Amino acid sequence: MLNLLPLVCFVPLAAALILTVGGRRMPEPLAAVLGVGSIGLAALLAAMVGVAFFTSPLQGGAITYPLWTWMQVGNYAPVFALRLDALSLIMLGVITGVGFCIHLFAVWYMRGDAGFARFFAYMNAFVASMLFLVLADDLMFLYLGWEGVGLFSYLLIGFWFRDPANGLAARKAFIVTRIGDTALLLGLLLLYREFGTLDIQSVLELASQAWTVGNPTATLACLLILGGAVGKSAQLPLQTWLPDAMAGPTPVSALIHAATMVTAGVYLVVRLHPLYELSPVALASVGIIGAATLLLAGFAALVQTDIKRILAYSTMSQIGYMFLAAGVGAYESAMFHLMTHAFFKALLFLSAGSVILALHHEQDIFRMGGLSRRMPWVFACMLVGTLALTAFPFTSGFFSKEAILHHAYASGHLGLWWAGVFGALLTALYSFRLIFVVFFGAPRTNAAGESSTPAGAPFSHQLPLGILFVLALVGGFIHLPPGDVLPAHVDVDIGFAARLPVIVSLAGIALAWLLFVRLPQIPAALATQRATAWLGHWWRSAWGFDWLYDRVLVRPFVWLTRVNRDDVVDPLIGFVAVGANQVGALVAVTQNGRMRYYAAVAGLGVCALIAILALQ
Amino acid sequence: MAGAIPMEHGLLLAAVLFALGLGGVVLRRNMLFMLMSLEVMMNATGLAFIVAGARWGVADGQILFLLVLTLQAAEACVGLALLILMYRRFRTLDVDVATTMRG
Repeated sequence: MLNLLPLVCFVPLAAALILTVGGRRMPEPLAAVLGVGSIGLAALLAAMVGVAFFTSPLQGGAITYPLWTWMQVGNYAPVFALRLDALSLIMLGVITGVGFCIHLFAVWYMRGDAGFARFFAYMNAFVASMLFLVLADDLMFLYLGWEGVGLFSYLLIGFWFRDPANGLAARKAFIVTRIGDTALLLGLLLLYREFGTLDIQSVLELASQAWTVGNPTATLACLLILGGAVGKSAQLPLQTWLPDAMAGPTPVSALIHAATMVTAGVYLVVRLHPLYELSPVALASVGIIGAATLLLAGFAALVQTDIKRILAYSTMSQIGYMFLAAGVGAYESAMFHLMTHAFFKALLFLSAGSVILALHHEQDIFRMGGLSRRMPWVFACMLVGTLALTAFPFTSGFFSKEAILHHAYASGHLGLWWAGVFGALLTALYSFRLIFVVFFGAPRTNAAGESSTPAGAPFSHQLPLGILFVLALVGGFIHLPPGDVLPAHVDVDIGFAARLPVIVSLAGIALAWLLFVRLPQIPAALATQRATAWLGHWWRSAWGFDWLYDRVLVRPFVWLTRVNRDDVVDPLIGFVAVGANQVGALVAVTQNGRMRYYAAVAGLGVCALIAILALQ
Repeated sequence: MAGAIPMEHGLLLAAVLFALGLGGVVLRRNMLFMLMSLEVMMNATGLAFIVAGARWGVADGQILFLLVLTLQAAEACVGLALLILMYRRFRTLDVDVATTMRG
């Protein structure tokens, strides 16, 4: 059963190839069957692999499938090898399982779009790249998947490329993550220089032998790799691309910018955690970056008006929790939250997509309202997703967030713990603001008043929501396979501190109800106050990072490119061409077609020859 | 061979004739005169052969002169034919005018 593993990766890849080659002439249903069927098959295969993994425990808790040697350069021979262990199994389940739901939903969401087959080609290729990323046994192979998901993220954000704004958003996402990717590549090269291999297991083993805790090279390598993780996971300071990435179709936001790709950074840190254990500085940075991002994104989400941007900032904030967990050494909790987050955030995005389509591509929450009566099923999904997001007791998010904050407190990181607790308050506030504004009160526009649960292909709309509804609700009871990959934790009783986050969350929900249902005049009054309005504006632009980067990086760079329009290095290289031209022109003068000159030159030549001979 | 013309004089005459011919080819613009100058140059070479043959007392020089003479006849044929074609095409015998290259 376990040897089905390579198929899990190659089925989506094959479907992507077929859709790319033949998609143009394919009728929509066939493209849908191919695009969704391949992911469904991959999910089925992944489930079989998972069952086999648990029923017959493996030697060392992991199995490696070498497929082929990528290249042979001197002593360097990276192998395409798939490695299955507890960690990659979680990711495998999330990618294929949640991926299947989102693909199925996309059949409904994208129906009638001119690029239907192209959409599924990209989505399938994305899933294949993501699977390579999490199953890779070699950092070079992982990097291939890493770049692959970046590419398909770019293509899917700019999927509706006729609108230049979408193209710009795609470019921004690509370039900003590329900054991180470059750091990651440098980190990998550093590891290669130190150990002469990029095989993950060998690197981890060699590193623990060669480096003592606090080794500066280890810190440098970890920080560079963290740069890659930060870029991909939209954490400080490379977080600016994620809200703009919402320009893509909503299923894309659900799959790539909520459930899978943006969590790749967390996966990378957790996968390389023995390396991070060697560098307390790098590990502390992971936690601090996570805490800072979760607060920053929480405040930003509080004042957004676009439903997808709220969810985007919320995603950023939740990934901040995962980084925080990794930073305090609670890798298992980080992966747990990654999984539950994939469930409830995919649910939230798909419900949001449903709302957006029902209101004819309306994304402003203040042009919605009162939708709970109009779309009860979507409302139920959104509510469950939001409850899980705010860690309402016994939903999936409750268990994972509890675990994170528990470990943060127990390991003595009180600062991070307080950040997490305050973040829980923010989470409750912004997510219930969304619920109350969109689904309660009176409809604010005609479209909102006339909307209803979307009809047409109800199966592909209802089933994914249903599956994710259940997972978001009870996903917290899915017991993670600890395996031998991640260090186990000793349970510590932390008393009242364990209860505080729940109390804060519930208080946040109550506060949101007070502010947005009971006394809506308070936020309205705050919006008119000079100081608070300014603060709101500042938060809405996510603390002005875009502005800052524009001034500090983009404009100087654009200025530099304008000054250097004629490339200062170019004349040096062009000298060869110019020189050849000049000499050619000089020689061309002699070919003037005048016989008398030819004769004269021939005579002179003879004279010169005779003179030379005579003088010798 | 008393009273015979010294070889140096013969060769000098040949050189002068050759230079005159070359000068004619280079300086004259009329195709007809250029051809005539070419004939002068060839005769200069022929004279050089004769003088050399007389100096060594062998017949080789005279045989070569016959060869040069034949060459001259052939060259005059081709040259005059080209001249007629050129005149038909350009309506002039000026070689500087009759150029189609733009160098």
